[in-house]
Amino acid sequence: MRTEIRICGFGGQGIILAGIILGKSASLFDEKEAVQTQSYGPEARGGASKCEVVISDTAVDYPKVQSPDILVAMSNEALIKYIVDLKDNGILIVDPGTTDVEDVRDFIEEHNIEVYEAPATKTATDEIGLKIVANIVMVGAITKITKVISKEAAIKAIEASVPKGTEEKNVAAFEAGYALAE
Amino acid sequence: MAEEFFIQGNEACAKGAIAAGCRFFAGYPITPSTEVAETLARELPKVGGSFVQMEDEIASAGAIIGGSWGGTKSMTATSGPGISLMQENIGYAFMTETPIVIVDVQRGSPSTAQPTMASQSDMMQARWGSHGDYEPIALSPSSVQEFFDFTIKAFNLAEEYRCPVLVMADEVIGHMREKIVVDDNIEVVARKKPEKTDDYLPFENIENGTTPMPAFGDGFNIHVTGLTHDERGYPDTNTPETHHNLIKRICDKVLNNKDKICSVKSEGCDDADIIIVSYGAPVRSAVEAANRARANNQKVGYVKIDTPWPFPDEQLKEITKNASDVLVVEMNLGQMYYEVDRVLGKDTNVHLMGMIGGLLPTPDEILDEINKIGGN
Repeated sequence: MRTEIRICGFGGQGIILAGIILGKSASLFDEKEAVQTQSYGPEARGGASKCEVVISDTAVDYPKVQSPDILVAMSNEALIKYIVDLKDNGILIVDPGTTDVEDVRDFIEEHNIEVYEAPATKTATDEIGLKIVANIVMVGAITKITKVISKEAAIKAIEASVPKGTEEKNVAAFEAGYALAE
Repeated sequence: MAEEFFIQGNEACAKGAIAAGCRFFAGYPITPSTEVAETLARELPKVGGSFVQMEDEIASAGAIIGGSWGGTKSMTATSGPGISLMQENIGYAFMTETPIVIVDVQRGSPSTAQPTMASQSDMMQARWGSHGDYEPIALSPSSVQEFFDFTIKAFNLAEEYRCPVLVMADEVIGHMREKIVVDDNIEVVARKKPEKTDDYLPFENIENGTTPMPAFGDGFNIHVTGLTHDERGYPDTNTPETHHNLIKRICDKVLNNKDKICSVKSEGCDDADIIIVSYGAPVRSAVEAANRARANNQKVGYVKIDTPWPFPDEQLKEITKNASDVLVVEMNLGQMYYEVDRVLGKDTNVHLMGMIGGLLPTPDEILDEINKIGGN
């Protein structure tokens, strides 16, 4: 089965790293195939940032996302810009602190979208004391909600991807995100 | 033991270079190739190598030619605007039979056009970019693993045939991340050094081949020039026979070894009516399109060209002999298409799906073309 995931938000939120962690978890630790791509251009700074991951049980031929099964939005601008491609019955995960799902309510109703709210930024600030780990909190929520990667693989991938010395905080952020969706 | 990484194509290229024994990189950063230089700037010093950021691309190509004559495997990485500037020294490297590797991560062209978008618009520049008669070797990777593997292969071919080898990647492969597996046992071709004898000729007229190459400082007192030279390397610009012998050998050492150099992969072509031919990133879309067409009972196959240069005439003819139509998919308005048409055009209908703008053709777009041709 091929699952297409798009994570979007502001440049600087760690959107790309969140996608890399999903891809790394799946391909190095879950014995699946994965390809990660990203929007690459002037808009990557400050404006809407976008990262895409395709995860599959078999080889991923066409590497890009065409119509995501899962959309994760960490900014309202990105939510409005990218929701239009989400598949019917698709999964939408938003950070209610930085987005307003009411702005896309019509699309949600029309396409029967499954919506989850994961307050990643608030959790990162309140529970970890570091706003910058909101992306890793979101990876925790994505892991729990979608089961597209395993919890064990995600933790290994986080430890292998974050700067040395920050592993503990990042794994704590992941656990906090995982708990949000319970 | 094999190691696994989940990395970008450009990072895999840099890893491949180091695995192949590259210890000198000179370059001028340019999107979308910059991560090759960035990675090597960090990693080369750790293995005793050197990285130099040059003032421009002409100097970069000159520096790696010097590095190679200094006895060190050398490479540069660039994109369209940079490969244009390098052409003078690329020609010099062919004429002086200098093993170097040039990586081109292609972007929208001409001129500076689309720095962050993909294309395959330098394929003919790889073939004919510098003036004169020469036979380049070029490899086109379609995955992050292949960008690693083909960079190693490029260094090996450069040593084997004593000539520049181009790795013609594109923005899609350069920037996407995938898993690569790095084996412990990587086949690496070492520089063949000459024996110090009185009758050593650095440009000896060996049929279909080259003579071992000394490094500056080895004590051979040889002369290296872009002028037409005799077997000793001394200029001899007015004797037609000297020029003919030299240039014929430079071409024949590649052309007469095509069966060893050319690499083509294919699937589902024996009974196919329509065959998709592609190279580089579009192969990814072609494979998916062919698989979906097969699932829909359409007789569609695909050919993936690993080595656009020298062009694999014979392999392509053999694989496509039963097909009525061939669809060439590439990210330009027709470059390798004309090669395919030259080779197959007499007996097969050759169609072009040439896409520019910077996006990878999708499997749906290829299937639409197949249906237009008559794959139903």
